[in-house]
Amino acid sequence: MTASTTSRHTALHDRHAALGASFTDFGGWDMPLKYTSELTEHRAVREAAGLFDLSHMGEVRVSGPDAGTFLNTALVGNLAVIAVGRAKYSLLCTPEGGIVDDLITYRLAEDEFLVVPNAGNAATVAAALRERAAGFDVVVADESAGTSLVAVQGPAAEAILLGLVPDGQHEAVTGMKYYAAGTVTVAGTPVLLARTGYTGEDGFELYVPNAQAVPLWDALLAAGREHGLVPCGLASRDSLRLEAGMPLYGQELGLEVTPFEAGLGPVVSFKKEEDFVGRAALEARRDEGVARTLVGLRGRGRRSARSHYPVLAEGRRVGEVTSGAPSPTLGHPVALAYVETAFAEPGTVLEVDLRGKPETFDVVPLPFYRRQK
Amino acid sequence: MSTVLPDLRYSAEHEWIDSASPARIGISQVAVDALGDVVYLDLPEAGSTVTAGEVCGEVESTKSVSELFSPVTGTVVEVNAEAVDNPAVLNEDPYGAGWLFTVEVSEEGPLLSAQEYADANGGELG
Repeated sequence: MTASTTSRHTALHDRHAALGASFTDFGGWDMPLKYTSELTEHRAVREAAGLFDLSHMGEVRVSGPDAGTFLNTALVGNLAVIAVGRAKYSLLCTPEGGIVDDLITYRLAEDEFLVVPNAGNAATVAAALRERAAGFDVVVADESAGTSLVAVQGPAAEAILLGLVPDGQHEAVTGMKYYAAGTVTVAGTPVLLARTGYTGEDGFELYVPNAQAVPLWDALLAAGREHGLVPCGLASRDSLRLEAGMPLYGQELGLEVTPFEAGLGPVVSFKKEEDFVGRAALEARRDEGVARTLVGLRGRGRRSARSHYPVLAEGRRVGEVTSGAPSPTLGHPVALAYVETAFAEPGTVLEVDLRGKPETFDVVPLPFYRRQK
Repeated sequence: MSTVLPDLRYSAEHEWIDSASPARIGISQVAVDALGDVVYLDLPEAGSTVTAGEVCGEVESTKSVSELFSPVTGTVVEVNAEAVDNPAVLNEDPYGAGWLFTVEVSEEGPLLSAQEYADANGGELG
């Protein structure tokens, strides 16, 4: 197994230790798993707010006159058409259509984008972008090592931020749409503020140079206390994203699945002009259909399905669970699973082999949880 | 730091047992803290026989499932129905309200003193 001594630390590691966090290795980083209880942290995000250190995520800046066109050839989405100040969820695929990573791309200026890959994939994504940039007038700069990212997620997120933003910039926050971003002064520091997240709640992600991470974290923690904000680890982040039906790279997404199995077909833009990496393979996959599909499962009992448990129908194996947990918000077990397409319709009754004992699960539409707007 | 109660004995698999008759059994705070929030318990039924060192149930937390081993051989007398209904009580009070079941003991398995258990697994005698 990976020795924890080789794990990288974020700029906030000492803060986490001082707050009593227990740690886990995630993508080669020593990250907080939880500070108190993962259920308490999960509920805080649903009901008030949670503060996450996501500095293990990558940041790759793509700039130059060809930036938009280049990203359209490197990623499956149509990035060239997104407006300055907006963000888009996209995928980096192999020529065979497998998913190298799922990522969010912000358009910061006409000729400047910030691509945010997952922690474990950051170096791979940066290398792939560099390689695919040959012949384009762009600069691909991996800024991951120097950049920290913290997220404030939950219904109180906006109010907490407003307490730290000068009056003249309040409207920049309150008027910021979902999947939008801009530079705002928070606790005296200019940050790239984005209304994005991975929890199913309203919330913000704040990108700053490492040197600003500790003062920003401290300011958010202090300003958030009266709103019920607590620091949150990766355990609650995982249960929150699962309730929100969001895929996790390495669980639901990987090189062996294309966007179509994962329910991410709409993310692929076949209409854009550019010949992007994976286009031919993905067109073929689109036309021939998929043999298996990612579905949501709701458990009728109290026991949870877990990653890699077999999914059964008509007495045979028809799929496999990729993520599963008891849903703290809904009060019943939820799971994501790949199943043969014939068994993917909501309402289908399936069984999951829970360590030798079958338990009934119903196929349900995703997400499991959707916030009231 | 997790507390290890000095007046209990422990199995290597993290169960605690008291010296009453029938003996009361639970799982240590060291184990509960490692599991995280407990959400489901599968316990042996009253009247059934448990065997020292063998699996007799399951403890499921938000992130994982652990098998429950019986530290002794004997007949289960009583099961803590309140803990089954509200497994969070294991996190709140693993040595008190979070007890699991009682056993009329016929034979003990290998058990550690509190000091031996704390030395092997971390935790503070308290």
